Amino acid sequence: MNAIASFAAVPDSESSPGVWQLAWRRLRGDRVAMVALAVVAAYAALVVASLVGLVAADWTREVGVPYANPRFLGPTVDESVKIERPSGPRVDLSAVDPLAPRYAEWDARAAQIQSVSAPHLSTLTFGGDRLGRDVIAKAIKGTQVSILVGVFAALLATAIGTALGAVAGYFGGVAGDLMEWFYNVFTAVPGILLIFAFAAVFGRGTATVVLILALTGWTAVYRLVRAEYLKHRGREYVLAAEAIGASHFSRMFEHILPNVSHVVLVQLSLLVVFFIKAEVILSFLGLGVPIDSVSWGTMLNEAQSELILGKWWQLAAATAFMAVFVTAFSTLTDALRDALDPRLRQG
Amino acid sequence: MTTSSTAQDGGVAAPLLAVRDLRVSFRLGKSKPFEAVRGVSFEIAPRSTVALVGESGSGKSVSAMSIVRLLPDNAIVDAASRAEFGGVDLLHAPLDQVRALRGRDISFVFQEPQSSLNPVFTVGDQVAEALRLHTKLTRSRARARAEELFSEVGIPQPRDRMNAYPHELSGGQQQRVMIAAAIACEPRLLIADEPTTALDVTVQRQIIELLRGLQQRYAMSILFISHDLGLVGEFADAVVVMREGQVRERGSTVGIFGAPQDPYTRSLIACRPRLDQRPRRLPTIEDFLAAGGEQTAEPAPRPLRPNHGPQLIEAAGLRKQYRLKTGLLRRRTIEAVRDASFTLERGRTLGVVGESGSGKTTLGLLLMRLVEATAGQVRFDGEDVLRMKREPLMKFRRRVQVIFQNPYASLNPRFTIGQILAEPMRIHAIGADESERNARIAALLDRVGLARASLHKYPHEFSGGQRQRIAIARALSLRPDLLICDESVSALDVSVQANVLNLLLDLQDEFGISYLFISHDLAVVKYMADEILVMNGGDIVERGSAEAIYRDPQHDYTKKLLASIPRGYMPPSHV
Repeated sequence: MNAIASFAAVPDSESSPGVWQLAWRRLRGDRVAMVALAVVAAYAALVVASLVGLVAADWTREVGVPYANPRFLGPTVDESVKIERPSGPRVDLSAVDPLAPRYAEWDARAAQIQSVSAPHLSTLTFGGDRLGRDVIAKAIKGTQVSILVGVFAALLATAIGTALGAVAGYFGGVAGDLMEWFYNVFTAVPGILLIFAFAAVFGRGTATVVLILALTGWTAVYRLVRAEYLKHRGREYVLAAEAIGASHFSRMFEHILPNVSHVVLVQLSLLVVFFIKAEVILSFLGLGVPIDSVSWGTMLNEAQSELILGKWWQLAAATAFMAVFVTAFSTLTDALRDALDPRLRQG
Repeated sequence: MTTSSTAQDGGVAAPLLAVRDLRVSFRLGKSKPFEAVRGVSFEIAPRSTVALVGESGSGKSVSAMSIVRLLPDNAIVDAASRAEFGGVDLLHAPLDQVRALRGRDISFVFQEPQSSLNPVFTVGDQVAEALRLHTKLTRSRARARAEELFSEVGIPQPRDRMNAYPHELSGGQQQRVMIAAAIACEPRLLIADEPTTALDVTVQRQIIELLRGLQQRYAMSILFISHDLGLVGEFADAVVVMREGQVRERGSTVGIFGAPQDPYTRSLIACRPRLDQRPRRLPTIEDFLAAGGEQTAEPAPRPLRPNHGPQLIEAAGLRKQYRLKTGLLRRRTIEAVRDASFTLERGRTLGVVGESGSGKTTLGLLLMRLVEATAGQVRFDGEDVLRMKREPLMKFRRRVQVIFQNPYASLNPRFTIGQILAEPMRIHAIGADESERNARIAALLDRVGLARASLHKYPHEFSGGQRQRIAIARALSLRPDLLICDESVSALDVSVQANVLNLLLDLQDEFGISYLFISHDLAVVKYMADEILVMNGGDIVERGSAEAIYRDPQHDYTKKLLASIPRGYMPPSHV
């Protein structure tokens, strides 16, 4: 009992930083990484706000005239539509017009009906698209779709790759060989062809895009995780775990996984960037998200024809949103890899 | 060639290298620089061997590397430090000047020959390259000279071996190649940084003989860095004992071994197990420092354990084959262990000694069923281990535990000490609940001499010796009947080694555990074991009581092994 009491008396402040805490400390020392982290966090907040409908909930509303100019350019002055109004006294046609007696009645009726649709604005903050939808709202909604697709596809791909890689690397033997053949066949098919094939089978939809990307993108994670497991399998701490009777599952996921998690994490973040770009390409090719939703890719697709008309703002908005996020995320990933590099982790 | 006389009255001839007040510190992040070397001075006379001796972290390698300016970028050498070599201050001379001296007048041999040789070039090319860098020899002349050097360092069939890649040579031959490259330009000073630590004892003996011969022939000086006082005593003219960046004692080998002044030197000499004594307890550095340098009373010898206890392990015809793919369809079988038969009685220690590749580690893994045997039988307390199914195997796992060589690799770096110690108990459902397990863990930490506050720390916060204590505590948490120690103290400094060995002996007395003690170090095995198996190339070549093996070895290999062990300094009358 005495031992228990004194054990409980050990204060919590005695606990010391784990590997993750040390990595976080290193990361915090990196100013560029912290800026990138702030940008990524801002995007994450934007995605959440857009998800719960705080911003860009009504992005489909046609608030402006088609191709409304950005506000700083001023309204379009369209000469071709301008018709000169006739001047001079009105000519009385009531003698020959059979509908003349009803005009007054119609005018009275028309006055009773009130138009609910707001007048279409001639300019919007950063311009409008073909239907007069606000480009900024569209880009925010597109951010939500693109980032969520990227993140979920990356999570799924990493889960698939890690599970298969762990099994192949840990067990080896026949299971490992089978897995290797499967992997080799999979990587032998050109990626874009594979994506087309999957897209043709699954049909269009946001979930489909996530699935397609995950099913084609797990290979890199698999390869690296398998290599790590091969390496760790023979380590003495794993042997020691076997000696105390730890099960295969426990050795694979409780002992080895935390030790290779930095590899998995870095792969995950690389995949997020890669998948966001892949989603843009897919949507650009018309294989991506459905037409009733918007992503950076569909925006760029639309921008293609707009650019010929000199309407550049949709392209600019989508590009800016995407470039800032991808750059910040890549920078953060690089910094993360440095912070987690086991070679820098001194015993 | 009166090498020893020049060394002993070193003041007469001008020293070849004179290091004065060497101070080196390292910048580590934002904290204050870490002082690795704090005011070290020594001299090397021409044609003499000076040994820098110390445990890990003593600053011996840093001192040597700073002389040749091979320190990493974050090192700061104090402006007042001097290292005079032929009128040049190596520490502050322009780097070009030092670079010209490196390889020509000063050359090195490092610890790991495997990582010092470039794996994609033939060894002949690498030695010829060293020659061509510093001399004006043509390509063919350089190759011819390299071949001469190969035969000089004792590589058989030098012409064929010239075209071999590093991986085709054994560790000893690789080190010979490194030595050939080092002496290629006939340097005046050879710096050898633990050149034999990675090698087997019999090979170590050959390399030491080779260095000694080359020193005579080329009239060079050797700065020999080692942790092994025994080795140094045989080989050096003068010894510098270092600890924590400072020189504890400096003097001729005769003086250091005959009449050591410093308590630290004395304890270093004493705490290494000796072949001719078997005290109950090894003296430790703490004993010496506490006693103010006075040798504590000669410890009583340890009685041998009687061998009439019940048998715990009975192995018969144990065999392990590995099949290697050598071609598309070709397979080669390697026998790691061949027909091993032995017994171990309860409460006793069976030592297994052998060099690398002798199959001693595989033997331990076979017994634990961490590796499946190809043939044979193992009985543990009467039960057939090799054919156990799941349930009995779990019970067996609880009773047999292992402590590995490398305390840095055998603890999961992502677990806290508390988690590491709790896991075995959780798996085997020992202890009713968390609080009872925690109480047991606290008791275990006390037992192996670690603070209870260690519970929330991670393995990287502990030193090698402390980590090995954690590994011992983990094994003990299951209260095993048999503990397999696979080179468990080989990676530790001698002083730490003595502490851990004492702990293991105490635990054996307390709990009556049997040990299978595997090591390449015959002195340690002899100290620990009641009975010894000598292994060579997968075979058990000799088996007998520890005393008998030492006094009267039967097999040629055992005799060779015993003859190779450094015996430390021997007064001239004994030689």
